[in-house]
Amino acid sequence: MLDYRYGPSTEGMGVDLRFWLIQTFNGISYGALLFLLGSGLSLIFGVMRIVNLSHGSYFLLGGYIALSVIWTTGSWVLAIPLAALAVALLGLLMERIFLRPLGFDPLRQVLLTVGFAFLFQQAALDIWTGNNFDINPPEALTKTVVVGGVYFPLYRVFMICTALVIGIVLWLAMEKTRMGAAVRATVDDAQMARGVGIDTSRVSMFIFALGAFLAALGGVIGGGFLSVYPGLDFEILPLAFAVVIIGGMGSLGGAAIGAMLVGLADNFGKALFPEISYFTLYAPMALILAIKPTGLFGRE
Amino acid sequence: MTAQQVKVLVVVLALAAIAIVIPSMNSFVILLVTRALAFAILVMSLDILLGFTGLPSLGQAAYLGVGAYLTAILATKYQFGLGYDFWLVILFGILCGAALAAVFGLLAIRATGVYFLMITLALGQCVWGLAYRWNSLTGGDNGINLRVRPKFGLDLANEVTFFYLVFGFFAVSLLAMYILVRSPFGRSLVGIRERELRMQILGYNTWLHKYIAFIIAGAFGGLSGVLWAHTAGIVSPENVVLTTSVDALLMAVLGGAGTLVGGAIGAFIVFGLREYLSTVVPWWQYVLGGVYVLTILYLPTGLMGIPARIRQRRTRSKEETEERKLASVPS
Repeated sequence: MLDYRYGPSTEGMGVDLRFWLIQTFNGISYGALLFLLGSGLSLIFGVMRIVNLSHGSYFLLGGYIALSVIWTTGSWVLAIPLAALAVALLGLLMERIFLRPLGFDPLRQVLLTVGFAFLFQQAALDIWTGNNFDINPPEALTKTVVVGGVYFPLYRVFMICTALVIGIVLWLAMEKTRMGAAVRATVDDAQMARGVGIDTSRVSMFIFALGAFLAALGGVIGGGFLSVYPGLDFEILPLAFAVVIIGGMGSLGGAAIGAMLVGLADNFGKALFPEISYFTLYAPMALILAIKPTGLFGRE
Repeated sequence: MTAQQVKVLVVVLALAAIAIVIPSMNSFVILLVTRALAFAILVMSLDILLGFTGLPSLGQAAYLGVGAYLTAILATKYQFGLGYDFWLVILFGILCGAALAAVFGLLAIRATGVYFLMITLALGQCVWGLAYRWNSLTGGDNGINLRVRPKFGLDLANEVTFFYLVFGFFAVSLLAMYILVRSPFGRSLVGIRERELRMQILGYNTWLHKYIAFIIAGAFGGLSGVLWAHTAGIVSPENVVLTTSVDALLMAVLGGAGTLVGGAIGAFIVFGLREYLSTVVPWWQYVLGGVYVLTILYLPTGLMGIPARIRQRRTRSKEETEERKLASVPS
């Protein structure tokens, strides 16, 4: 019995080349999801130096709102943009009304975002109850493709493609547009950026909304194989931070590499040494932070 | 009497009131207060870092976890710590908390500000990962149930006796931490919080000061873990998860960072809201989240900072009226 939610089947295979192939594929597809979540967090940190602990809530709310859209309209395709935009608006309001007036104070910012995470948690529980929900993608994406005798679920291929497209669009936007240049300038030196006439307040607002948008997008797509349930927000949040820290804060390419590394480490860790699998993920993260606080690929 | 002596007197009276009033309440309240007292030790240990040294740790639950898991594993696997050897477990818990902090501190202490937040988060997640996944040792997601409380002359299964034990540890911890922060060492920690560079120029080894503070906080965290294990009767990954660390941080800020007692007040309020309010209304978490958000927005100095703010406002408005009087005098 094959289910699109699970990775390729390893039935009847020993620990051989196929095992590595399948685990790598699973790791990369999980990494694709983590990229959507982590890239936004990384940009937010790079531009605003905010440790956003409500990022996991954006992910979860994205999934829940998509569910509501699917329940009312029956359209999965429509659910993706609607959920992402709704959460982006939420992020934008949060930044404008609460975070902006706070000024730069890392501790208070962190605590404020976590206060909101608790509020979102309760709101989600009230609106969508405490049940587990699956976001069922269209029929076409639940099939599998067979390559060299290995079954690859199409949904995971779709996840990788989505992350790839989003990544390329983001990269082009950052490198080729005026707004992107303003964002890069703000990441490098916010004070100088203000000095040369860049409206860093607007950049911050834009990036915060974009981060929320990407997290919610990840939530909708991730809801197809992680499913959506209370507690997912704080479960996924540390992984997003691992991506940001390993990759380097404020760097898009770093986030992509970090997401792949975390996705692969998570998968292989769980397959090879399940008892210490999370330890093998977070211990390197702490070490990297201790040695190079800006992350492996972060800008100095 | 100086202002400081008045404050100490108020705290002592409040503690005496708790010790006298609580045992006569029903068992729900006694357990609630016992839990809050055990957790308050962790919050106060965090306050040494956050309020006095200026190091906001997002992984303090790790030390509670180490103490709690140690207690639970010794009790269930080796039947150790259920008699007079309970006192040895207390000692081991303190030592383990300190040892873990000594290792983590080596990595974390050099970082400051946002990076310190992140690295302590990562270190806390390491401990959580082990607790969650290392099934054979920690029982994984289900955790470990402690069936009995220690019995040595005193029967700790009796909730009033147990309350007095935890209360005693709380009072001793508070006193010890109070002496610590009033000592020359504690004053130099405050100096580091205010201006680390200046302390370095004055010849202080600020790294070592912060490292020692980190270890002391870890030791108290371990103690609170041992007490927590016997208070709750169950130890699970829930105790070391990120949200528990965040809770401790929020309690410290809610009460007022840099006051020690504030952390305890924060713990009492949050435990009260969470465990009492949740039995009354279904939307209690909105109240809790709202309290957090409002505190951070409008009361950055916490509840303990309210009197100072009122005093400040009064003197300011007095000055303003005097200025206005002066301005209205025709020249």
